[in-house]
Amino acid sequence: MTEYKLRMGDGKRIFMTKEQIIADLKEGMADAADLGSIPDLSEDEIDKLVDILTMPSRMVGVEQGMEVPVTHDIGTIRIDGDQGNSGVGIPSSRLVGAMMHERAFGADTMELGHIDYSFKPAKPVIAQEMQTMEVCQQNMVVPLLYGAMPNMGLYYTPDGPFENPGDLMKAFKIDEARQSMEHSAEHLTRDIIWIMQKMMASGSDGVNFDTVGAAGDGDMFASLHAIEALRKQFPDIYIEAGMAGELMLGMHGELEYDGVTLAGLWPHEQAALVAKAGANVFGPVVNTNTSKSAAWNLGRAVTFIKQAVKDSPIPCHVNMGMGVGGIPMLETPTIDAVSRASKAMVEIAGVDGI
Amino acid sequence: MGMPISHIMTSGMSGIRAAGDLVARMQLSKSMRVGEAKDYVAKKLDVTTDDLSDEYVMRELREDLGIGVITSVAGAPKGIAAKMNIEKLLDLNINCCDKFRKQIA
Repeated sequence: MTEYKLRMGDGKRIFMTKEQIIADLKEGMADAADLGSIPDLSEDEIDKLVDILTMPSRMVGVEQGMEVPVTHDIGTIRIDGDQGNSGVGIPSSRLVGAMMHERAFGADTMELGHIDYSFKPAKPVIAQEMQTMEVCQQNMVVPLLYGAMPNMGLYYTPDGPFENPGDLMKAFKIDEARQSMEHSAEHLTRDIIWIMQKMMASGSDGVNFDTVGAAGDGDMFASLHAIEALRKQFPDIYIEAGMAGELMLGMHGELEYDGVTLAGLWPHEQAALVAKAGANVFGPVVNTNTSKSAAWNLGRAVTFIKQAVKDSPIPCHVNMGMGVGGIPMLETPTIDAVSRASKAMVEIAGVDGI
Repeated sequence: MGMPISHIMTSGMSGIRAAGDLVARMQLSKSMRVGEAKDYVAKKLDVTTDDLSDEYVMRELREDLGIGVITSVAGAPKGIAAKMNIEKLLDLNINCCDKFRKQIA
């Protein structure tokens, strides 16, 4: 019986028969459909996924004419960054990194970010960030955003001024934990607005919110209010808002935006709120399960993202970094897995970009 | 590092090798879905939407229009100069170009 080379969610090579691939695709799809209360993929779409996963080529590509723009989280820092993550540690300026992406790699867009890559640590070095943005804008042609993570966890002790909600909840101080999150959200919103005021004064095209909701619903609450304020103050600002995970975790549980409770929202439900706040592009996320096959993960991810694209009032650039969007969870995701997931998202989920 | 390049090669529009930056700019500035953004840019460039990812078509066209090319061409508009031409082409304002104009006014 013919076996095909696939990957596990952690990237390890596995061999599967066509029947096993179909079974895993359908199981992953059913998981997404059940969790999100969304439709299954059609039989034609399952067949197409099977075709993509069983193509013999090492690398596959979208059909000509179906290409989509690619935006980037972390951006130029992946060239000079060297923190044990995806950075390759080549000594270079961020301008050089941005220009390498534009002129050597054919990137459609780029972003500038601080090496610590959260909004809060950019505050003490804002003058440096402003000057770097100015120099980059003078030299770049592609849209160049300022990118950072809201990362509300930095506002909790021991890193920030507000008592850690995790510690408070362990002591059953639920109201105090919620208040700490609300105070943190206010400060985070204020910091994001202040930083982006500075970056817009330096010629930035806009902002990329990377990993919205990483600290739960308070993180998303703060980000949505920052988006809303930035849209009011800068009507032409480019705003991309990418999520941290597929499900909005209810760390607070009662926070709402536009009358909608944030806790428990799936990608297709998050999209409308991100658009309502004033973002131009939404970045939905589906997490990769490292214990499942690429077929299971891709079936699940495409099912979720297809619905998000359908329900979103704004373009969707699906998150497809390490461990999301059907991409294996390791620093160097294999090209065979990346290209297959990329093709599937464009041709089946119908994303507007990656 | 190889992952974003894999995406660019698999699905991307090749940035200023072709017209990926222009389509992305319409998505980011006007919230256009990909089809609408491609139609808008193709109409402005008087090419087909397939041409937007075609380096053969876009290489010479970009140089003619002064909107930035991927190779080093002496004397060709680069950076803000190229983006000022993109503003006119796509009928939109770009923030750094506005700042530049204010500084030289």
